[in-house]
Amino acid sequence: MTTDSAIHVQGLEKSYKDLHVLRGVDFDVARGSIFALLGSNGAGKTTIVNILSTLLKADAGTASVNGSDVAMQAANVRESISLTGQFAAVDGILSGRENLVLVARLRHLESPGTIADDLLDRFSLTDASARKVSTYSGGMRRRLDIAMSLIGNPPVIFLDEPTAGLDPQARLEVWQTVRKLAENGTTVLLTTQYLDEAEQLADRIAILHEGRIIVNGTLAELKQLLPPAKVEYVEKQPTLENVFLAIVGADGRNGAAGSDRASARTSEEQR
Amino acid sequence: MSSHFFGDTAVLTGRSLRHITRSLDTIITTAIMPVAFMLLFVYVLGGAIDTGSDSYVNYLLPGILLITIASGIAYTAYRLFLDMQSGIFERFQSMPIARSSVLWAHVLTSLVANLISLVVVVLVALIMGFRSGAGVLAWLAVAGILILFTLALTWLAVIAGLSAKTVDGASAFSYPLILLPFISSAFVPTDTMPGPVRAFAEHQPVTSIVNAIRDLFAQQPVGTDIWIALAWCVGTLVVAYSFAMVVYRRRIS
Repeated sequence: MTTDSAIHVQGLEKSYKDLHVLRGVDFDVARGSIFALLGSNGAGKTTIVNILSTLLKADAGTASVNGSDVAMQAANVRESISLTGQFAAVDGILSGRENLVLVARLRHLESPGTIADDLLDRFSLTDASARKVSTYSGGMRRRLDIAMSLIGNPPVIFLDEPTAGLDPQARLEVWQTVRKLAENGTTVLLTTQYLDEAEQLADRIAILHEGRIIVNGTLAELKQLLPPAKVEYVEKQPTLENVFLAIVGADGRNGAAGSDRASARTSEEQR
Repeated sequence: MSSHFFGDTAVLTGRSLRHITRSLDTIITTAIMPVAFMLLFVYVLGGAIDTGSDSYVNYLLPGILLITIASGIAYTAYRLFLDMQSGIFERFQSMPIARSSVLWAHVLTSLVANLISLVVVVLVALIMGFRSGAGVLAWLAVAGILILFTLALTWLAVIAGLSAKTVDGASAFSYPLILLPFISSAFVPTDTMPGPVRAFAEHQPVTSIVNAIRDLFAQQPVGTDIWIALAWCVGTLVVAYSFAMVVYRRRIS
């Protein structure tokens, strides 16, 4: 199990003063899969992500990422991960392109300019590439944030509440990106408090509650925990999201942004 | 330490230098207060101050330069604090880079920004009649002292930037540093001050630094002042750097 898994966590504990946030967390994430960590605010999801990305030391327990221990071989771990934190960690004073070039340089890659241009294209940010990021919308910032995380193709990516505060379209875009990552073999650990997000994306879902993983399984397995489905006849009402997307158009952003997406689609077709 | 230390520091310094070139107002506001003090003291109060030297602007400039640095490093703390807040600090720390280069980039940027502000203030002083016959070596010595002083205060600013809870807190620590030159030989000779104030003024770092720079500009023998000045600068630098490292380790572990 452990040799096969991209992330292995056992008996993880962490306290902040009197607050015992993690009380023995265990889970494994298989290579190339999407693993969703569900939990309410303050459940300790970010604490787990920070420990796995070597930003925080655990009080007890072990964790390894891509075969390296997060405490003993932190430098190896940092080689193989990317963190997309809860708040889009972008430099507002630099342009979008400069942000990408910065990360490519810090990852010691060759031709950072080409890498940046390629990602700008993939994430429909080419038109805004020279603009200061502080002028970007929330969705654009998040797209840039994720694009920055993909530089260097790290095998493991942590996404801490990637769609918090995004509008429905931006959320769908992020979902698409995450799916594409997993298709290409990247392991994704995702935290979220949106249940539908976990349902849409995750191969496995774990629920973190009071410092422990209380459930861990596929969506089908989780559904079996409840009594079998009863057949009821309910009039199918459109959800507000259906209405919103139908009126606005699922990908019909206005004006320039719309053509952004069109160009993104053609570039995808070329690939 | 990673083998990428110098490369990573250069890349990150380039980033924060862009922050400065894109908000030149930080350089201007850093220089404005010292220049205002200089105008006020030379053209309003200076006539009534007997310093025993012919030109009050010559007497005043060393202290004004220290005030410039003290107000400049507030921006260093501010920029570091914003990096901590925005999450970009964490992004850098989770990447395969030499981690300490994140701090060093801010320190080098602080040095560059303060040197630009100092040049602006010296140029204004020249327009106001500041003259010095000091040679190249004396100017280099002055530059050396100012760089050491900037580094010492910059590491203080790093402590503030790393540990502040609010933006105001990140820059408020610089106010006492800006006021320190007023209770020193920077504006008036210490002879006229009452006992305890005079004792404080003569034994705090600003007086020895100001006296050393003043003597260098006036081509006078600098005496023991320069050694006391250097001891203060290096001592503050070492203590501030050690504390900054303690705070930094606590923030990243």
